[in-house]
Amino acid sequence: MFKILKYSFYDLMRSSWSYVYFLFYLGLGSVLLFLNNDVSKAVITLMNIIVVLTPLIGTIFGVMYYYNSREFTELLLAQPLKRSTIFIGQYLGVAISLSLSLVIGLGIPFLAYGLLQSSEIFNFLSLIVVGAFLTFIFVALAFNIALSNENKIKGFGYAILMWLFLAVIYDGLFLISLVMLQEYPLDKFSLVATMFNPIDLSRILILLKLDISALLGYTGAVFQKFFGTNFGMVISFSVLSLWVVFPILRILFKSKRKDF
Amino acid sequence: MIEIKNLYKKFGKVEVLKGLDLTINPNTSEGGIFAVLGPNGSGKTTLIKSILGMVIPNKGDIEIQGKSVLKKHQYRNNINYLPQIANFPSNLSVNELIKMVKNLRPKPAADQEFIDLLRLEPFLDKKLGNLSGGTKQKVNILLTFMFDSELIILDEPTTGLDPISLLNLKKIIVAEKEKGKLILITSHIMSFVEEMADEIVFLLDGKIYFKGTLAAIKEQTKQNDLEHAIAAILTHNNSTLK
Repeated sequence: MFKILKYSFYDLMRSSWSYVYFLFYLGLGSVLLFLNNDVSKAVITLMNIIVVLTPLIGTIFGVMYYYNSREFTELLLAQPLKRSTIFIGQYLGVAISLSLSLVIGLGIPFLAYGLLQSSEIFNFLSLIVVGAFLTFIFVALAFNIALSNENKIKGFGYAILMWLFLAVIYDGLFLISLVMLQEYPLDKFSLVATMFNPIDLSRILILLKLDISALLGYTGAVFQKFFGTNFGMVISFSVLSLWVVFPILRILFKSKRKDF
Repeated sequence: MIEIKNLYKKFGKVEVLKGLDLTINPNTSEGGIFAVLGPNGSGKTTLIKSILGMVIPNKGDIEIQGKSVLKKHQYRNNINYLPQIANFPSNLSVNELIKMVKNLRPKPAADQEFIDLLRLEPFLDKKLGNLSGGTKQKVNILLTFMFDSELIILDEPTTGLDPISLLNLKKIIVAEKEKGKLILITSHIMSFVEEMADEIVFLLDGKIYFKGTLAAIKEQTKQNDLEHAIAAILTHNNSTLK
């Protein structure tokens, strides 16, 4: 598995897209920090971008990499390798190289700004961790979609739809249901509904970490009560991990039964 | 050496292999090069990919050297496969790709010999994405033949090769045959098959329609060359269907 990972990683690290992605975060981080002069505000702005952008980039890269390396995958399939080795190796190659672009791209400007002396270091770290989680989740989801769809156009379409649903439409439905059902107690419902969307979950995790949950009003109080505790933190990170584990299990299951 | 029993494969509603039985044993037959022929959609590639474990059959069994190979992966260490289309990670160089494939197979490789033979030396440090189709096919050939394996499977090996490389390919195939290897080839180029193959396996409608030597197929159809013999089988088959 590590051999496949290594070569997928090398291949991606040399593609110009990885650099564009890296430079984008580098530029964004520098501009926000040095113009704003406030780490806390920069982290909030970055959160809003990361929570939407990492899933999008993860989805597109995942689908693109899978379809582009199809013939190469066939070559690997003819080698004495297990299928799980090949696909998990490729998946990790994509997910790790994207996460690295994020971590290094944002890490450099923050370190240059003097993050290590600042009290915001944990907020920054949680931002990076959540960003990496989202990358791993969405690359895995993208691989799932690509594995199930032979047709590239369809695969791309479904992948983008999935991103659109989780990043935008889900929140809309959530909001509508809250308005429609406002006569009922909704705190449990909204907590559970948040768990089912990794993007929402990440956003709330960071908001609570930044201690600006007052902005969220009444629900914010409920969330603060839940997520603010150690128990809530453990639960939400476990749920994020499940969002990585289940798609990976399905990659293993699907790839074992697929014809190439 | 290869024994295929009652193999069935369906893609959606299309039944490609319908109870295919095939035994290929180079020791009892005339020679080592078997051409798998058949019209488009007759199941050639599906058959080959089933042997390689890339396609998972619905029913039936495949044995290589007496052992069932379904759901296994170690046996592929003893198979060299040349796929129809070659496409490699575009940001790796030829050298890195060779190293990688050598890394994945726990056996010695004669890569330098084939680099010289196919004149790939000037391309070794070039990125795979910048190579022409023919050069990629040469890299593909190099990757296939650099290992010493008992079974060699070639899927349309002549695609995109210039005349010199084609001659080289033929030389390589003959040399491998003389080493006692078993070689399976699919091709639509009948002159190539006629020149190279010792035996023909003709697939029609997901079953083996004919298996035997070149001379036998010509005699059976009363034709002088392979192209006409195949055409005769197909037209004969169509008329019996009507």
